[in-house]
Amino acid sequence: MRHLISILVENEAGALSRIAGLFSARGYNIESLTVAPTEDASMSRMTIVTSGSDDVVEQITKQLNKLIDVVKVVDLSEAEHIERELMLIKVRAGQKEREDMKRMADIFRGRIIDVSDNTYTIELTGDGRKLDAFIQALDQGAIIETVRTGTSGIGRGNRVLRV
Amino acid sequence: MDRVKTSALSGAEIVVRCLQEEAVDYVFGYPGGAVLFIYDALFKQDKVKHVLVRHEQGAVHAADGYSRSSQKVGVALVTSGPGVTNAVTGIATAYMDSIPLVVITGQVPTHAIGLDAFQECDTVGITRPIVKHNMLVKDVKDLASAMKKAFHIATTGRPGPVVVDIPKDVTAAVTEFNYPDTIQMRSYNPVRKGHAGQIRKAVQLLSEAERPMIYTGGGVILSDASELLRELVKLTGFPCTNTLMGLGAYPATDRQFLGMPGMHGTYECNNAMQHSDVLLAIGARFDDRVIGNPAHFASNPRKIIHIDIDPSSISKRVKVDVPIVGNIPDVLDELVKLLRAAPKPDISAWWKRIEEWRAKDCLKYDRNSKIIKPQFVLEKLYEVTKGDAFVTSDVGQHQMWAAQFYKFDKPRRWINSGGLGTMGFGLPAAMGVQLVNPGATVACVTGESSIQMCLQELSTCKQYRLPIKIVNLNNKYMGMVRQWQQFFHGNRYSESYMDALPDFVKLAEGYGHRGILVDKPADVEPALREAFANKKELYFLDFITDQTENVYPMIPGGKGNTEMILSEEL
Repeated sequence: MRHLISILVENEAGALSRIAGLFSARGYNIESLTVAPTEDASMSRMTIVTSGSDDVVEQITKQLNKLIDVVKVVDLSEAEHIERELMLIKVRAGQKEREDMKRMADIFRGRIIDVSDNTYTIELTGDGRKLDAFIQALDQGAIIETVRTGTSGIGRGNRVLRV
Repeated sequence: MDRVKTSALSGAEIVVRCLQEEAVDYVFGYPGGAVLFIYDALFKQDKVKHVLVRHEQGAVHAADGYSRSSQKVGVALVTSGPGVTNAVTGIATAYMDSIPLVVITGQVPTHAIGLDAFQECDTVGITRPIVKHNMLVKDVKDLASAMKKAFHIATTGRPGPVVVDIPKDVTAAVTEFNYPDTIQMRSYNPVRKGHAGQIRKAVQLLSEAERPMIYTGGGVILSDASELLRELVKLTGFPCTNTLMGLGAYPATDRQFLGMPGMHGTYECNNAMQHSDVLLAIGARFDDRVIGNPAHFASNPRKIIHIDIDPSSISKRVKVDVPIVGNIPDVLDELVKLLRAAPKPDISAWWKRIEEWRAKDCLKYDRNSKIIKPQFVLEKLYEVTKGDAFVTSDVGQHQMWAAQFYKFDKPRRWINSGGLGTMGFGLPAAMGVQLVNPGATVACVTGESSIQMCLQELSTCKQYRLPIKIVNLNNKYMGMVRQWQQFFHGNRYSESYMDALPDFVKLAEGYGHRGILVDKPADVEPALREAFANKKELYFLDFITDQTENVYPMIPGGKGNTEMILSEEL
C-alpha cells in the first residue's frame, strides 16, 4: 500500500543522506522525496512517498525514528490529510496548438508562466493523480519537458506535526 | 547546558581533555598525518594511555573487547583515509552487536575536503550505515559538544559506535574549552520505563503459562541486567536460554539453563523454543541464526512477550503479542515485583518433556578418539581455567564449540562477534579485555584461519606484555566452510583448505612469545596447565585437531528449529 511519511529532521549536513541511505540499505521503496527547511530554520520537513505492507511501513517509521537526527515521524496516510505536488511542463505551442493548449491548461487550473514563439511552460499543482491526468490528456508529442517536485503532505484540521 | 569554563585550547587538546573528562583510561589507535596534533596532545599528558596497535582494525576490535568486558565505552583513534577504511570492519562489528564505542577519525583539512586530497575519504559517508551516529566537526567551537554528544549517544539507549571525524585544521585551531556536563537533544530521548499496562499483560501471560520459556540476548549483558534475570528465572522456575550474544547472563551450570538456541543450539533448547506456549524474549532480536525459518517458527502458535530498548527490534522478524519498550533493568525490576504477587503456574509436565529432550545429550562426541577432538580441548580449557576466564573468539566452528562447551556463569566473560561474524576479532579483542582486566585470565579461542586475519597484533601483545593465551584449534580447514561444503555442496571443498600454514610455535617465538604444538589428546591438559600457570607471557597453543569434526546440532539454512541435524554419535 502507498504511504505518505512526514519527517521533521534536524537541519544538519548529511541528514538527507542518512534517510535516503536507510531506505536503500533496508530495501524500502521511495516513490518520491521532498525536503526543505521549515519556519524554524534548524529543522527541515521531509515528505516521503513509499509503498509496502503494514509490517514494512511499521519498520520504516521505527527505523526512521531511530536515526539520531530525526525529531519526529508521522505516517500521514493513517488519517485525513492533504497532498500536493507541483509540476512544470513545457509543451509545444506553435500557432496551430496555442489556443487548445491554453484551454487545456485552464481546464486543469494550470497557469502559463513562460511563453516563447513555439512553447508554453505550464505550472500545475495538485495531487499526483491530477498531474498524471494532465500528462495523459495532452498529445504525447506535445510534451517537451516535465519536472515534478514530488509530493508534499500535511494533516487535515487539528492534526499537526511539530516539536 | 552546564558548562565548565577553562582557558583556550587547541582542537587537539580539546579532544584529549574530553577523553579525560569522560575518564577514558585507554585509547587504541594508530597515528597518521591527519591526527598528528591529537597525538602531540596525547604525548603531553599521561592520564589517557595510548595503545599502539599494528593495524586499525585491531584498534577498533581492541576498544570493542575493552568495552564488552568492562561496561565502559571503548575509544579508538585513527587517521584519515586508509586509517578509516581499515577501521570499518571493526566499526561494523561493534555496530552489529550494539557495543558503545567512540571512534575518533582524522580528516584532511576543511579546505581540502572534496578535492581528492592525499589520504582523503568520505568518512561520514563510508561509515554512515555502520554507526549509531557520526559527525564531521568543521568548527573547533563545536568540538567539545560533539565529543560529549558522541559519548552520550554511544552509551545510552541501544548502545553503538559513534564516529567523530575531525579535520586536521580543526585540531590546530584554538578556542575556549567548555565541556558540557549534560547534553539535551530534542531528537534523541531513549525511553527507560516500560509501559505499566504492557508489563501487567506480561505478568498475566506468564502466570498462566503451561510451557513457558525465557529467551535472552545481548541486551541483558549490555544493560547489566544479569542479576535481575537470575532473580526472575529463580522466582518463576522457568527454563531459560541465552543466545550467543547473551551467554553468561544466566549461569550455564544451572539446571534451568537449557544451553544456547539456534543454528548450533542444543536439542533441548530448540525444542523448548519451538514448543513453548509463552515465550519471554529479553534483549534479543529473533535473528535468523536463532529462530531459523521464521515461517516454521511461527507455525507453532505461542504468545510472545518482547522486552527491548529498541522499538525497531520488536516485530521485525517475528510478530510479538506483548511488546515492552524500555530499559531492561527497569522493566525487569517491575516485572519481578509483580510476579512475586502473581500465582505460579504448575509446569512440572513441561519440565518432564524438557528433561526428555535433554537426555538426548546432543553435544556428545567421541571421547576415545586418538586424534584431538576440538570439543575436548574446550572442555579441558574450562576445567583448567575453572570456568572463570574471559574467553574471546574468532568466527567459525571453534566459536560454536566454545559457546557450547565453555560454561559461562558470569556476564561479560564471553567476547565474540555474533552479528557481523568477523574473523580476526578474537586476538585484538583479547588485548582490550586484558588491559581493562589486568591480572585476569584471558583466552582467545581461534582457528588457524581466523587467527591469521589479525595476526600482526601479536606484536602489540608483546609491547604491552599482555599474557593472553591463544587456543588455536588447527584443523587446516576453514572448518565451518568445510562443514557447509560437506553437507550442502557434495563434499567439494572449494578453497577451504588452509595450505602453507606457518609453524605457529616458531611464529609466536618470533614475536617474543611462547608456543606449544599439541598433537596428542594426552598432551592437551598439560599444555593448557603450563600456559595458564604462566601469568606473564603470551602462549600460542597450537592444537592439531580432527579435520573432519563437525559442529552439532545444526539447523541447515532455511530449516525450522526442530529440523536439526544431529551428531552421528547419537
